[in-house]
Amino acid sequence: MALSRHIKPEHLLQESQDKKSHLHALTKTDSNKIVHSYASRYGTAPIPKYHIPSKGTSADSAYQIIHDELSLDGTPLLNLASFVHTYMNPACDKLMHENMSKNLIDQDEYPMTQIIHERCISILADLWHAPSTHQAIGTATTGSSEAIQLGGLAMKRIWQEKRKAAGKSIHEPGPNIVMGANAQVALEKFARYFEVECRLVPISVESKYRLDPKKAMEYVDENTIGVYVILGSTYTGHYEPVKEMSDLLDEYEKKTGIFVPIHVDGASGAFVAPFATPKLEWDFKLPRVVSINTSGHKFGLVYVGVGWIIWRDKAHLPKDLIFELHYLGSVEYSFSLNFSRPAAPIIAQYFNLLHLGFEGYRAIALDDFKNARLLSRALEKSGYFYVLSDIHRSLEGLVNTAKVASGYDQEDIESYQPGLPVVAFRFSDDFQAEYPDIQQKWIQTLLRAKGWIVPNYELAPDLEKVEILRVVVRENMAEALIDKLICDLMEITEDLCKKDSPTHSLDILGHHLTSHRKHQGKMEKGSGTGNTCGDKNSGTYAKAC
Amino acid sequence: MSFLSKTAKPETGFESFYGTNIAGSQVATSEMNEEEMPASNAYRYIKDELLMDGTPALNLASFVTTYMEEEAEKLMMENLSKNFIDVEGESACGEIETRCVNIIARLFHAPEENGKCQALGVSTIGSSEAIILSVLAAKRRWQHMRKAAGKPYDKPNLVMNSAVQVCWEKAARYLEVEEKYWYCKDNEFAANPQELIDLVDENTILVCAILGTTYTGQYEDVKEIDRLLGEKNKAEGLSVYIHVDGASGGFVAPFANPDLEWDFRLPHVCSINASGHKYGLTYAGVGWAIWRNKSFLPDDILFTVNYLGSPQVSFTLNFSKSGVHVIGQYYQFLRLGKAGYRNIMTNLTNTSDWLAEKIASIEGSNGVTKFEILGDNLGGSGLPLVAWKLKNKEDYDEYAVARTLRSRGWIVPAYTMAPHAETLKLLRVVVREDFSLQRATTFLRDLLDTIQILDKAPASVHEYQKLVHKEATQAKAEASSKHTDVDDSHSLQGKHGKTHGIC
Repeated sequence: MALSRHIKPEHLLQESQDKKSHLHALTKTDSNKIVHSYASRYGTAPIPKYHIPSKGTSADSAYQIIHDELSLDGTPLLNLASFVHTYMNPACDKLMHENMSKNLIDQDEYPMTQIIHERCISILADLWHAPSTHQAIGTATTGSSEAIQLGGLAMKRIWQEKRKAAGKSIHEPGPNIVMGANAQVALEKFARYFEVECRLVPISVESKYRLDPKKAMEYVDENTIGVYVILGSTYTGHYEPVKEMSDLLDEYEKKTGIFVPIHVDGASGAFVAPFATPKLEWDFKLPRVVSINTSGHKFGLVYVGVGWIIWRDKAHLPKDLIFELHYLGSVEYSFSLNFSRPAAPIIAQYFNLLHLGFEGYRAIALDDFKNARLLSRALEKSGYFYVLSDIHRSLEGLVNTAKVASGYDQEDIESYQPGLPVVAFRFSDDFQAEYPDIQQKWIQTLLRAKGWIVPNYELAPDLEKVEILRVVVRENMAEALIDKLICDLMEITEDLCKKDSPTHSLDILGHHLTSHRKHQGKMEKGSGTGNTCGDKNSGTYAKAC
Repeated sequence: MSFLSKTAKPETGFESFYGTNIAGSQVATSEMNEEEMPASNAYRYIKDELLMDGTPALNLASFVTTYMEEEAEKLMMENLSKNFIDVEGESACGEIETRCVNIIARLFHAPEENGKCQALGVSTIGSSEAIILSVLAAKRRWQHMRKAAGKPYDKPNLVMNSAVQVCWEKAARYLEVEEKYWYCKDNEFAANPQELIDLVDENTILVCAILGTTYTGQYEDVKEIDRLLGEKNKAEGLSVYIHVDGASGGFVAPFANPDLEWDFRLPHVCSINASGHKYGLTYAGVGWAIWRNKSFLPDDILFTVNYLGSPQVSFTLNFSKSGVHVIGQYYQFLRLGKAGYRNIMTNLTNTSDWLAEKIASIEGSNGVTKFEILGDNLGGSGLPLVAWKLKNKEDYDEYAVARTLRSRGWIVPAYTMAPHAETLKLLRVVVREDFSLQRATTFLRDLLDTIQILDKAPASVHEYQKLVHKEATQAKAEASSKHTDVDDSHSLQGKHGKTHGIC
């Protein structure tokens, strides 16, 4: 997470405290000994922020202080910025609580947890059409970031082995990896940390804000370890065309004899596409797809802390990356960047697979899409907004088919363009022409005041001038909430249009305040970090996901 | 096969779990069920399956915390749905991480300039991530240095004891750094400072010093390593620094042995990692990496992540992750304070000393002491753990002792020592927070019983034990059938049959 360093915004508070002895003047009681949380020491004394206190406090007080502080956090339910799941069945909460102290990697002690882990792998391999679930191999990770880096590392090592076998240099020129400029930060991190040249393919409106396979081919050469194809761009939710990319790489291989594999980053989509659009070809059905990752904590419907990566077979996971660990009476194999980690999220994943089954996951996915279409259409119909995501638009060509003539079923998911249940929108061109001085980011601030977290951000490089607002329609974003969100959005937009409305002036103030507050507790601006990597080298901007 | 295929009777939804079709058939384990099942049934099914797991409290093999107060659990449960990296939604989590980093940096005596702490730090999933990050930072720093001096930068190496945790091997392998090992001897398990420093050359990116090896719990002499490295740097014009792997010791030494100099008080210590989920007393899922100052974190590995318009710096391998463990860590700092940690660590040290003394004095029927304690951890000079081996040749080995203890519920690992001392077998008990003296007494009783049983057992029993051990090892390897043909020649395990202490 954020690198932190010492900050001192508390001087003011320190100087403003009552000066007094540790004993209460009248009663001579020692506040250390008072049991009631709010009357104990930390009711008035500053809580320890940068030093461990010399004396502790009661469990009740410690609980209450931290609990109260955390209530300043946004409500996870209203956080529409994030793909990360925030609801689980109470039965699963209970299960997780019971298993909170279990360590996933301690296979010898927790053999059943390990079996559950293996079952999840088998189930996912089967769901993604691995040629043989017995051949597929995979692991749970903390999230998709770890999974993507493992996937990249495997591709890099295979490339190195091939080059070495062919007697070619692995250093001059070094390896490269190809991905769309809309890639999430983890993909780029892999390139940077593991010393692979990162080739970002520019995006455009025509490429639907994501990877353009034809353009990507211009970046592929014999030193390309693979192509990261993203099933569900975090910007606009568009699926990148895995099939088309695969076909083009087939042609390339035919021409040049060079095999370039695909890793599918299905952080969000790999738990959506199999259920909502099972006919879509994106997974191990395509022989070129060697590995797939997903986040259990996104549309896998588990709390944050679980991701998965699966390789189509052992051949695509180089042996020399796997570590064999010998413990008491047991042998374990490990390929991960983390070691000890909680087992509860993996147990929760299995709970969902068992509890929901295929039908349950499909029903939830279809609901997500239906609500996302409702939101998209309402936004476009208002005239204020233009929707960039396409999941509410029918498949090209469908308009003229017989289906339409007979009044096609609007609820049929197959008649819409596939994508993630994400609604990305911006002010419509007409609106911008009419109200050029209204800034879109104000919407974010004003929604925040009502409790909604809807981010406003720039698109990936090459389209960074376009700002979008994004709503992720998760399971708990039910119709009632969409209704309220639309009402709030319309109210805010209309208020902004009125030049004399208080919203206008209030907002300018509000926005100033929030941007000021954010620098607290983070590395100081200009401390040499932000400028060098974020702006120059790094093409992408990570979005909350 | 779906359980539905076996449906015998229509369900009403009111059955007891054990009267449903699920309880009466096999649940699909390699593909998804077609249909849903009620949450309460899924809960019961998984809960029952998990009964096969061991009891965390009786697991003396692991350093990982298995007890937290109810209040802490409640706090963690309330925050399960919070995503740590989502600063816009969850900004208080970030603030709490900042506080923890500051608290830990000061605990490790990070240098201050003008009253300002120069250290930087980050929370991780565990020490593995922290160590990989530290090696990455050191590698990049070294590359920049070599490039600037116009020297080759393609052969970086890491100097460390071969008793390191497997994540060091991983860091080296995944980041393509050569491993240079100091090897254990039959009577020396903590790196010899002079011999370790002799391995350092111009291509060394980092020297690893272990504060508490997982084998015997000994602290390496960081102070002496620091002194010798300083001399070598001066004599040869090098700029090599030390990373202290304080996965376990980082939260023990400051409380149990505050005068021991192993941290940023030493000028060549550039980074330290510690596991919050070991003696930091939090459940599995949190580690810490702290760097002395910004010069040890090259800019080009830091990412600026643009969250909703406010740029923020990121240096991690994981992205979205749970925030509850960082919250749990802060709870412990607040709840326990230095005094609370000191009380706990003192208790653990006393229990560990007591247990070591008792085990050393166990006698066989012939009046000869049975065991020899390995390493010297008495009085807080090492981790609160007891490692011991059979002193004399017996009809049974350490594996048999472990196996017999297991039948009483105790999980005590037996393993072979690090490379070059691998003929040595040992048993290890980690004294964790919840291993009270009373529990230690019960354990000792069972250990005594075990010895008596094994001493009296006829030879055929010992033959049987050996057979069971051999078969169990093979069976496990085959059970992990997906990997049986792993070529492990690259690792210390593959080369030397290194076993890893669970941690």
